[in-house]
Amino acid sequence: MPARLRDIPLPALAWTTVGVVGGALALIFFYAPIDADQGITQKIFYIHVPLALTSYACFAWGAWKALQHLRTRAPGADLESYAAIHQGVIFGALTLITGSIWARTSWGIWWTWSSNQLVTFLILFLFYSAYFMLRYSVEPGPARANMCAVYALFGVVLIPVSWLSIRLANDFIHPTVFTSHGPQMSTAMFATFCVSWFGLLLLAATMYRVELAGKRLDARLRELRELLGT
Amino acid sequence: MSSGEKYVAAAYLVVFVAVLGWVAIISSKLARLTREVSELVELARRRRERDAA
Repeated sequence: MPARLRDIPLPALAWTTVGVVGGALALIFFYAPIDADQGITQKIFYIHVPLALTSYACFAWGAWKALQHLRTRAPGADLESYAAIHQGVIFGALTLITGSIWARTSWGIWWTWSSNQLVTFLILFLFYSAYFMLRYSVEPGPARANMCAVYALFGVVLIPVSWLSIRLANDFIHPTVFTSHGPQMSTAMFATFCVSWFGLLLLAATMYRVELAGKRLDARLRELRELLGT
Repeated sequence: MSSGEKYVAAAYLVVFVAVLGWVAIISSKLARLTREVSELVELARRRRERDAA
């Protein structure tokens, strides 16, 4: 069994993703029971929460790679940090959109500024969106890599703030499903949630690997062009 | 289709369309990289022919 994610062949990872995501969709729509309180709209939970958690994981991975860049100057760590943050922003945007759809059907509104969970997640999303403005406003080179790494590390502080905000404040509108007593749902629902989250983590890993491969190929081609003098 | 079902469909459709969009962007990037590789291969071939002449 490959010890690291990068050792898994990309086609194998992609096909596993297709299988797990397909399985998760089957579980969501044919296995997980309909929630007695929210009805069919609770099914959004199986995509919305895993998207948010995957987004956190991507930002944390980006920050970890940024730390590696700052500590050891590991070659490629800056690019890996960038790719992870890019995936985090994509998954973050989807979290906000699916959350808005769920809010509209559950609360009758698309957005509320009174929920700390929503606002802190939006701040986290905007913070990492601004990462790209910083990255593309500075000339490529060691200085840009260092600046981006420091910025990525600062943002990681917002992840626990976003996660804990609902527990630290009295937020009555956004539900807390995972409490100190465990998940507040049936075993079937929790199993479906876990498979769905695993599927989205695999999807993020596949997208990350594809994006990295593209960026590395792009850099090699640029190098080749310079060598050939075109 | 009930109102709730429409919202559920919309949420899942958004994610599906986003992944599809990402695949389309990566495909166009792959097409550009393939074109660039072909150009560089052609350039290298012309250089070899010129050096051989």
